[in-house]
Amino acid sequence: MISNVSRQLETALEERTGQKVRHCYQCKKCSAGCPVAFAMDVLPHEVMKLVQYGQSERLLGCSTVWLCASCETCSTRCPNDIDIAGVMDGLRVMSLEAGSASERRIGVFHRSFLNGIKLLGRTNETVLIGQYKALSGRPFDDLGLGLVMFLKGKIKLVPRFVRNRRAVRKIFEETSRGRSA
Amino acid sequence: MTDLSFTYYPGCSQSGSASEYGDSTEVVCAALGIELAELPDWNCCGASSAHMTNDLLSVALPGRDLAAARRIGRDVLVVCAACYSRMRIAQSRMLEDEKLARRVERAVGENPRFEGRVRHLLDVLVNDIGLPSIRERVALSLEGLKAVPYYGCLLVRPPEVCFCDSVENPTDLDRFLEALGVQVRPWSFKTDCCGGSLSLSRPDVTEKLVNKIFTRAEEAGAECIVAACPMCVANLEMRQKPSTFAFELPHRLPVLYFTELLALAMGLPGVDEWLKSHIIDPLPLMRRANLIRA
Repeated sequence: MISNVSRQLETALEERTGQKVRHCYQCKKCSAGCPVAFAMDVLPHEVMKLVQYGQSERLLGCSTVWLCASCETCSTRCPNDIDIAGVMDGLRVMSLEAGSASERRIGVFHRSFLNGIKLLGRTNETVLIGQYKALSGRPFDDLGLGLVMFLKGKIKLVPRFVRNRRAVRKIFEETSRGRSA
Repeated sequence: MTDLSFTYYPGCSQSGSASEYGDSTEVVCAALGIELAELPDWNCCGASSAHMTNDLLSVALPGRDLAAARRIGRDVLVVCAACYSRMRIAQSRMLEDEKLARRVERAVGENPRFEGRVRHLLDVLVNDIGLPSIRERVALSLEGLKAVPYYGCLLVRPPEVCFCDSVENPTDLDRFLEALGVQVRPWSFKTDCCGGSLSLSRPDVTEKLVNKIFTRAEEAGAECIVAACPMCVANLEMRQKPSTFAFELPHRLPVLYFTELLALAMGLPGVDEWLKSHIIDPLPLMRRANLIRA
């Protein structure tokens, strides 16, 4: 039976992230210590198992890989030295490539964040929030907070930027098919 | 004598919503003889968004900064825990993986293999300046203050690139605060995640993590939380109860930067202004503890 399981996903992930998911023996420390487990549709130890079973479809459409906050608690505690947060990074990128990413708003946030860097070379919170509001279609979120921030002088309207923005753009161009071993 | 001159990587937040962190860093460094020369034309490290969606970009963005640092040759000082993490990870990966270093070199057009050290300010204070020297510089003991140290994620994990003395129960910030006279309360949530990367996109998830940290800090008998990361501070101050129009703070425990408390203890100027810029007002606590007059 087990020989019929496709190793394709596990191998693709190893090429991408260097992580050997086959070493997982289901101690479940990752799930037990995960601060975001309460919101996930597939628990981290189940992600590991599904990778071993080659279940691409379920993994590349699940919310877990997007909800992972990269706190690295699991990676630090894994007795088999699997960087589980790194595996989540790999699966997240694969889900983007497959066009099956769940948790649209989280993806929109990351895109807004990186667009800001591409434009200015630095992150300006006003530019980031403006862009996120526009792209996520939620312009009215946090208006009360925005006012408090403004009154506390936390909103800097004049963004600082990198002088050599061409160099920053070149980084984005050169890494646009961004993956490395 | 340890060399205390650094190339300073300020990071984006320190001229944005965390300007009190950036300003207090510059003031305490000047007072302690830590020389900071800003990295010329530095760019954003890419933070979580780069490494979560584009691995090569997450190394190449700090790669350009590390290339500039390499030209200068001095060790790099960082205060944001996220910048620190991204810089350290990019640096060690490029030094270990020549193929990756070459790809980054192509993207940034310059040698990014920085072989100096990337340090967090807390590391320099605790391990280079040393706590006995810090204790000697304390003009106003903060003994009226009960605090919990909050490390969050990126100051301690992954432990291979971080400076803290323990990954599960670090004590660097604890010992630093004790040197200032602070009554440090023991608690079990010092390295728990605040959910910063989901702050805008899934505030419902972040809210639960943030409130847990406040509740546990209150249970530990703390009157304030002390942190070393602008993402943690912003998140704790702003994400207790996300909503559309209202803004409520169920927990009133102030969240402060360790640099602000150091400046306060050393009697340095500027502290009042920094305290006023916090979303959770720390002034009532400071007055109660007899630490400020106004």
